[in-house]
Amino acid sequence: MKRIAVALFFFAVLITLWELAVRSGRWSVVLLPSPIFVAEYIWAALLDGTLIESTWVTLKRLLIGYIAGVIIGLPLGLLTSTSQVFEDTIGALALGFQTLPSVCWVPLALIWFGQTEGAMLFVVIMGTVWSVIIATDHGARNIPPIYARAARTMGSEGFHKWTRVILPASLPFLVSGMKQGWAFAWRSLMAAEIYVTILTGFGLGHLLHYGRELNAMDQVIGIMIVIVVIGLLVDRLLFSPWERILHRRWGTNVKEA
Amino acid sequence: MEAARPDFVADASAKLLVDGVSKWFTPSRTQVHALDNVSLAIEEGEFVCLLGPSGCGKSTLLDIMAGLTMPDSGRVLTDGKLVERPGRERLVMFQESALFPWLDAFGNVMFGLRLRPDLRNAERKEIANHFLKLVGLAKFKHAYVHELSGGMKQRVALARALAPDPQVLLMDEPFAALDALTRDQLYDDIQQIWMESRKTIVFVTHNVREAVCLGDRVVLMSPSPGRIAQIFDIPLSRPRDINSPELAGYASQIAAALKGNMRKAVSE
Repeated sequence: MKRIAVALFFFAVLITLWELAVRSGRWSVVLLPSPIFVAEYIWAALLDGTLIESTWVTLKRLLIGYIAGVIIGLPLGLLTSTSQVFEDTIGALALGFQTLPSVCWVPLALIWFGQTEGAMLFVVIMGTVWSVIIATDHGARNIPPIYARAARTMGSEGFHKWTRVILPASLPFLVSGMKQGWAFAWRSLMAAEIYVTILTGFGLGHLLHYGRELNAMDQVIGIMIVIVVIGLLVDRLLFSPWERILHRRWGTNVKEA
Repeated sequence: MEAARPDFVADASAKLLVDGVSKWFTPSRTQVHALDNVSLAIEEGEFVCLLGPSGCGKSTLLDIMAGLTMPDSGRVLTDGKLVERPGRERLVMFQESALFPWLDAFGNVMFGLRLRPDLRNAERKEIANHFLKLVGLAKFKHAYVHELSGGMKQRVALARALAPDPQVLLMDEPFAALDALTRDQLYDDIQQIWMESRKTIVFVTHNVREAVCLGDRVVLMSPSPGRIAQIFDIPLSRPRDINSPELAGYASQIAAALKGNMRKAVSE
């Protein structure tokens, strides 16, 4: 309860400072709109449905692309962690592509897929898959070898060893890898949406882009806030529960009461 | 007391037969001769301690018995069958707790039982509960590994190794990281369990008193290359108290032999 109060207080102070800065009149309201106008924009966009629709379009692309990226990346990461051949090939490829900012995939995606949903998904998958591979690889390599040895003596081999020992043992790394993959997916999708207009659906990135075209700063800042809030919510709802379970089991990150 | 047996004859009736096993390791540039032509016959129901300073190859020998490591020459037989891989009939209890942190105490004991297709699930649960009770941890069955003390962890590890009913239990310095009081308690428990179950136990340690307290025979090993230096019979009655004077007598005798070996190794 106290933590929530502190957080609320902090954001109230931040917004007050913002409002005070607007009222000081040093900056044009076109460049720095009042938080009230921004709130009004968000409220209006919520009511007329544009915000909900765009959020839905964006989240759908994000989820499909992300899940595909994880499904491709997880097994590849496990492969690169065990096989020298895969490490030297797929592993090297992943390392290289991970350093490539995912927005760099956009031109290629447009030429290959045109202005379609496919292009968007391609960019999200390319943004996700390499970091998931690297995180999974890292996780599987960091498992204390004694777990695998103990499992072997009890007769755990092959598929059983992978699903009952290696996978659960590397869960803490996998979750942080998936979290990182999520951050990459989110970034790459926003970049792609701002960059290209896809006629089948307007995402949050498009709204942001139109805000700029129309010089509507309340819209630009409003959408940015929505994007931040979605990022926070996903972290709290999707990843935090997992991390809590893992911390409780592994006994890591225990705060003294 | 018997001397190291150069005239060792492979005895196929032994529970566990180590026959002329040699092992080399090549860490960086240098080659380490970990085991040099080691032979040892362990009878069914026997409690044998492998004793020696670090680097004498005792843990490597245990790994080879377990089938986790393959010897470069020689072979290990169990009930006359060649050991080629780890097997459920030879379970290992490791030095540090090798318990799985993603499972609770009960889940850890169940792990090996789930790999026995001949059991029904109700039987598995019953067996797991039985062994947790045997090691005195019935109340902690749902505790996660990090919530247990060092001694409790090794008790769970013992329950996990005993539950699938192996014929041979291989223990690799299981109590090395525990405090003296916890260890003394575990010596009583392990003797009790051994007397009741009559498992064949091979116990690796560098603690002379521990070896004398637990073993029917103490196999003294000497380093570089790892060899069996001498084998001591310990005919004391059980249960043995680690602080008893008779036990101390055997211990000092073995400690003297151990020192002699080490001096020899250094002067070479």
